[in-house]
Amino acid sequence: MRENGILSIVARFVIPLILLFGLYIQFHGEYSPGGGFQAGVVFAAGWILFVLIYGLDAALRVIPERVMYVLSALGVLLYSLVGLAGVALGGHFLDFYPLLSDPHAAQQAGIVLVEFGVGVTVATVVMLVFTLFARRRSWWDEVDAEAEEEGQ
Amino acid sequence: MVVAVAVIRVRDLFAATMLFAIYSLLSAALFTVLDAGDVALTEAAVGAGISTILVLAVLTLARRHERPASGHNLLALAVVLVTGAGLVYASLDLPEFGNPDNPIHGHVGSYYTENTYEDMGIPNMVAAVLASYRSIDTLGEAFVIFTAALAVFALLSVRPPSRRSRARDGEEAP
Repeated sequence: MRENGILSIVARFVIPLILLFGLYIQFHGEYSPGGGFQAGVVFAAGWILFVLIYGLDAALRVIPERVMYVLSALGVLLYSLVGLAGVALGGHFLDFYPLLSDPHAAQQAGIVLVEFGVGVTVATVVMLVFTLFARRRSWWDEVDAEAEEEGQ
Repeated sequence: MVVAVAVIRVRDLFAATMLFAIYSLLSAALFTVLDAGDVALTEAAVGAGISTILVLAVLTLARRHERPASGHNLLALAVVLVTGAGLVYASLDLPEFGNPDNPIHGHVGSYYTENTYEDMGIPNMVAAVLASYRSIDTLGEAFVIFTAALAVFALLSVRPPSRRSRARDGEEAP
């Protein structure tokens, strides 16, 4: 699909918009519909569009697979650590009030951090699952090509 | 409804995937009409977008057409009929749609509606409930998603064997 000029030009306009919209519903989630889960999925959808048009190798050069593994674990860790921070500062697990002195600011900081953790995990997990499925096919082709070479 | 029936009837898996995407998009539109913006956004992004893409990715690995099933499974038909009849019977007891006396409005929901802004200072109640009031549930969800990634990684990160041994294992050749 890489030779299709219309697709790659349109994608060049659309992909940044999708990624930006993903970030918007990530960080605007407490004022409008949205949140970490939807943001992660939208962000990953933009990335998958990039893969479909420019190929998996180009996409993995931007965000390597190893980085995705680390980030997917870090998102969950961030969530848990925010929860534990509440305990450390003298509250319950996932209690946001002790984080900051102003209760509203504390709640909002907690929600933003937690949603960011969810968003990072969801985005990288969807990207990883897609990468694994997409690479499976190219692996099959490689293995088949090797088998044919051996057979000749 | 028409789309759902079409999904079952179609034997071409590619067409079935597209019909599923249309079904999700219609559900998203329905949620939008019901003023559930968060759910509509999720349904459109996950149902119509990501799951379609993932099913397509799987379809590149499997064959395109469903193998026609032989004979009829009477036990399955009986189970479906009994469950369906039970659900229809139960739906007769459901409270009227939009009635303010419904049990859903008497539970913790009214606490959230009244106190979210005072507690958090943010207008989106869904975000407040998800991330703060019920944040342990959301933590569980995040771990579920992470576990799903680990499972897919465990299953698919190993290089496949050659075509000959694959045929022996009964896997479908592309």
